[in-house]
This record gives sequence, structure tokens and C-alpha cells, in this order.
Amino acid sequence: MAGQAQEVSKQFAGGDTGTIQRPNKEPAGARIVRMALPVSMLILLGVVWQVYVTIYDVPHYILPSPVRVGEALYTDWAILGPALVVTLKITFSALGLALVGGVFFAIMMSQSRWIERILYPYAVILQVTPIVAIAPLILIYAPTTQAALLICAWLVAFFPILSNTTQGLKSTDHNLLNLFELYGANRWQTLIYLKIPNALPYFLAGLKIAGGLALIAAVVAEFAAGSAGAGSGLAFRLIESQFRLNIPRLFAALILLSMTGVLIFAATSAISHLLLRKWHESAIEREN
Amino acid sequence: MKSPSPALSPAKGAAAPGSATGSDPLISLRAVGKTFSNGTVALEDMSLDIGQGEFVSLLGPSGCGKSTALRIIAGLGDTTTGRIDWPAGPDHEVGFVFQEPTLMPWATVFGNVFLPLRIKGRMASQARDEVNEALAMVGLEGFAHAYPRELSGGMKMRVSIARALITRPKLLLMDEPFAALDEITRFKLNNDLLELWQKFSWTVIFVTHSVFESVYLSSRIVVMAARPGRVVADIDVDAPYPRGDAFRTSTVYNKFCRQTSDALHNAISATMETV
Repeated sequence: MAGQAQEVSKQFAGGDTGTIQRPNKEPAGARIVRMALPVSMLILLGVVWQVYVTIYDVPHYILPSPVRVGEALYTDWAILGPALVVTLKITFSALGLALVGGVFFAIMMSQSRWIERILYPYAVILQVTPIVAIAPLILIYAPTTQAALLICAWLVAFFPILSNTTQGLKSTDHNLLNLFELYGANRWQTLIYLKIPNALPYFLAGLKIAGGLALIAAVVAEFAAGSAGAGSGLAFRLIESQFRLNIPRLFAALILLSMTGVLIFAATSAISHLLLRKWHESAIEREN
Repeated sequence: MKSPSPALSPAKGAAAPGSATGSDPLISLRAVGKTFSNGTVALEDMSLDIGQGEFVSLLGPSGCGKSTALRIIAGLGDTTTGRIDWPAGPDHEVGFVFQEPTLMPWATVFGNVFLPLRIKGRMASQARDEVNEALAMVGLEGFAHAYPRELSGGMKMRVSIARALITRPKLLLMDEPFAALDEITRFKLNNDLLELWQKFSWTVIFVTHSVFESVYLSSRIVVMAARPGRVVADIDVDAPYPRGDAFRTSTVYNKFCRQTSDALHNAISATMETV
């Protein structure tokens, strides 16, 4: 049969078949310019800030200069470092749990309309109720403040992953579902080979949102908890700096939070790109 | 098209419809009816015997239930009334080609063609030769690692056909597979399909709304009318195979096109009356 196939294919060769040209990599020069632009913008902003503060002699408890913020970052690292670690721990634990929980419940809901009808309203209620409003209750019920913060951040990060993944699992091409049915695929195979890959871009979009929200929720929850002392995160250090009018440290804490957010965004974007770059329109550059 | 060498073409000659030399038909639809949940009667009292080795086209206006009939034969959805028999034996492997290529965009050409075997629990490493063979049959060797988005419309359809062939089906069901393609590509795929059909002596049921395509390909054309979907004509196209591009301009072809076209017009006017 293989021999026959060869002969047949020889007759068919040509026509609409052709070679595939994959797009070339971006030239190194263009890449450097693309990277350098935002960096030089940042430097320019810093310089303008420094010059403004120096010329107008702005007191550091109103607006510290970037140099002063840098100093605070260095000298107060013994305080800010551990606080950053606490915030990072809460953020990433919440994100990890939201990821596991969101995907698990999305799969459960995609398998049974009944489970969806039972669970989904509660997921929505949890999502639309402001986290600051639930935080006091959670603080009472949770065994420790850290656990309460984790629950708050998890609640916020959970929903985008759940709703996006559910949407992705549901929007599977009906013809492909028919095809799987035709070949006698069982529920498990349809899930693994079809529904989950199809939901991947949706899930990754949810993960991007959840990553940002987890950090926001970790900070907001700490504000709401009013936690204090050695085991506290960056949010507490922010408030404390404000009370003490230690504005350079406040800025330093703020910069650490921003950078954490940027890194989370970059990491989730990179994961998304790595997983989708071969096939999904969102990760492929358009060429005309 | 290069006409296939005589050695390659099986002694099929003028395959008369139902010429399964006295043996049982492969499929037998008995008074099949299908009513959808919204009350639409897609099929009513459809009876049809399809013999082994036939190339049958289901031709009709949109809404005549030809795709529904095909899906029922494939086992996608039950009949409301009537039944489907497999007199030649219940053990039937079916390949299905949809109107769209229906490929998984996240999987390579290999992954897409391998899918039916994967569902049957085969390992990719063991199926490599079979997949490559199926790809060679549709003229796509060397494209195993391409992704669907990198392929043209015609090539995607070839992948879809290769996937339908991977299980070595006796029966190939095709639901307007070439409707979305340009004419040049369609003619090429028509020829390729005919060659594969002759070589491997499958039974093909081919849904189309093109008179010309149905006459070119089929050994038999079943014309259907809509509302409710039913069979109104059964035309034997007893022109010999292999058919090449010369057949497209022959008087025989012309004659069958006229005959089929008239039957289709009757089907359409029959539809209008019932509206």
C-alpha cells in the first residue's frame, strides 16, 4: 500500500501544495531600538524628576528625589526586603491556588451543567462583593492574619481564571466535537485532546488578569486587615511610612510593588507567548 | 491531469450503480425520518440502498436534509423514525470529511491526521508510518510538522481527507468538502479523490449542491427536495472511469449534467409548491 501511495502522490504533486516559509527573525538592530525606547524614556523621566526637585528645592517629605528614593531602597532594605518576601509569598500562593482551583472548577462545570448551575452563582457573588467588605469577616474566621490575606487574594484571583477557562472549555468547535464523537472518543479524551487545548488561550488571558489582581488583592487585604509588626508585607510598610512621614521609604515600597507587578505581567505574558507562539493568532505577528 | 496509467486503474470500467454483483448493499436506509427539537422536519420517509464501491452524490437545494442524512449515516444523531441497516455486516469503519477542514489549530498536520488513531489508544511512535502514508496519499508528504495556519485552503482540506483515510475506512462520507475552495483547487481535489476511490475501492457518499461536481464524480446521483427533505430522483451516471478533464467537456458529461439539472429543477419546484 505504501508503494501505491507513493505513485499516487507523485501524480498529485504540485498544484496547491507548496513550501512553507516561516517569517524571518526580527533584525538585531530593530530589536535593540525597540528595547531601548522605553528604557530611555524611563531614564528621561527620572532625570526630569531629579532636576525638578533640585531646582525648586522640594522638601523630601513632600516629594523625594529619585536618588533619595534609591538611598531609601538601599538603607531600608532590612525592613523592605522581608516585607517584599511576605507580599510575594501571599501573591504567588494565592495565584497558584487560584490557578489550581479555577481550572479544577472550570473543568467540573464543563463536565456537568448541573454542577455549573449550582456553583456558578456563588462564584459570581464572591467576585462582585468588594474584597474590602469581606476582609473583616475573613479576619475573624481565619486562623492567622496571613491565612486571611491569602484567602482574600485567592478570592480575587480565582474568578478571572474560572470564568475564562470555563468560556474556553465551552467554545469548542462543534464540528471537532462531532469528529471526536464519530471516532468514539470518551469524555476524558475529548477533554484532554480537544477541550483543554482549545481553552488554553482563554485560560492564559485569565492568568494574566489574575496575576495582576493577586498582587492588588494582597495589598488591599493587608490594608483592610490593618496587620502590623514584623511579619507584615509591603502594604503595612507603606502605611507605616506615611504615618512617620518617611516619604522616601514610601516611594521605595511603591517601586518594589510596581516592579513586582511588572514582573508578574512579564512572566505571564512570556508563558502565554511560549505556549501559543506556534498556533494562536494572538501570538503570531501579522504579515501582509 | 495526467491520466493514470492503465496498470494502476482497476478493472472497474463503467461501474453500474449498485453493481455490487448481487451482494448485499453496504447501507440501507429504511423510511428514515428526522425531526429536530424545534419542529423542523429535516428528513421524511427516506429510503436508500447504497452498494459497496459506489460513489453516490446527494444533491439538492439547501435545507433538503442531505447533510442531515450524511450525519445520521455517520452515527451523529439518531433517526426520529425508520432505521439504518448495514446488511454487509455491522463492522464498519467510517471516515468523515466536513465542509470546513475542521483541524485542531494547536496540533501539527501529523497530530491532526494521527487523531483518530490516538483516540483508539495507539502510540504516535507506532503510527508514524501510517500517518506518513496517509499524507502521501493526499500529496502532502513533508508537511507533517506544519501547523494548519501555515497551509492554504486546499492543503487544509487534504489534511482533513488524510485524517479521514487514516482508519482505512470502507465508507467515506463527505459533506460538501470542496464547496469553499476555488475552482482550480476543487478540480484538482476532484481528480485526486476519484483516483483514490478507484485505487482503494471505497464506498463514497458525497454531499454537494453542484450539478457539475456531482456528475463528474459520481456513479450515481440521488437528488433530494426540501421541506420535508426527501429523495425525488435517482440518476445512474454510467460513464466509464477513469474520468479526466476530457470528460468535463464531453457530450456524455453534458447529457448527464442536463438530466441532473432538470431533476434538480424539479426538486426545487417541488419544494416551492410545498411552501
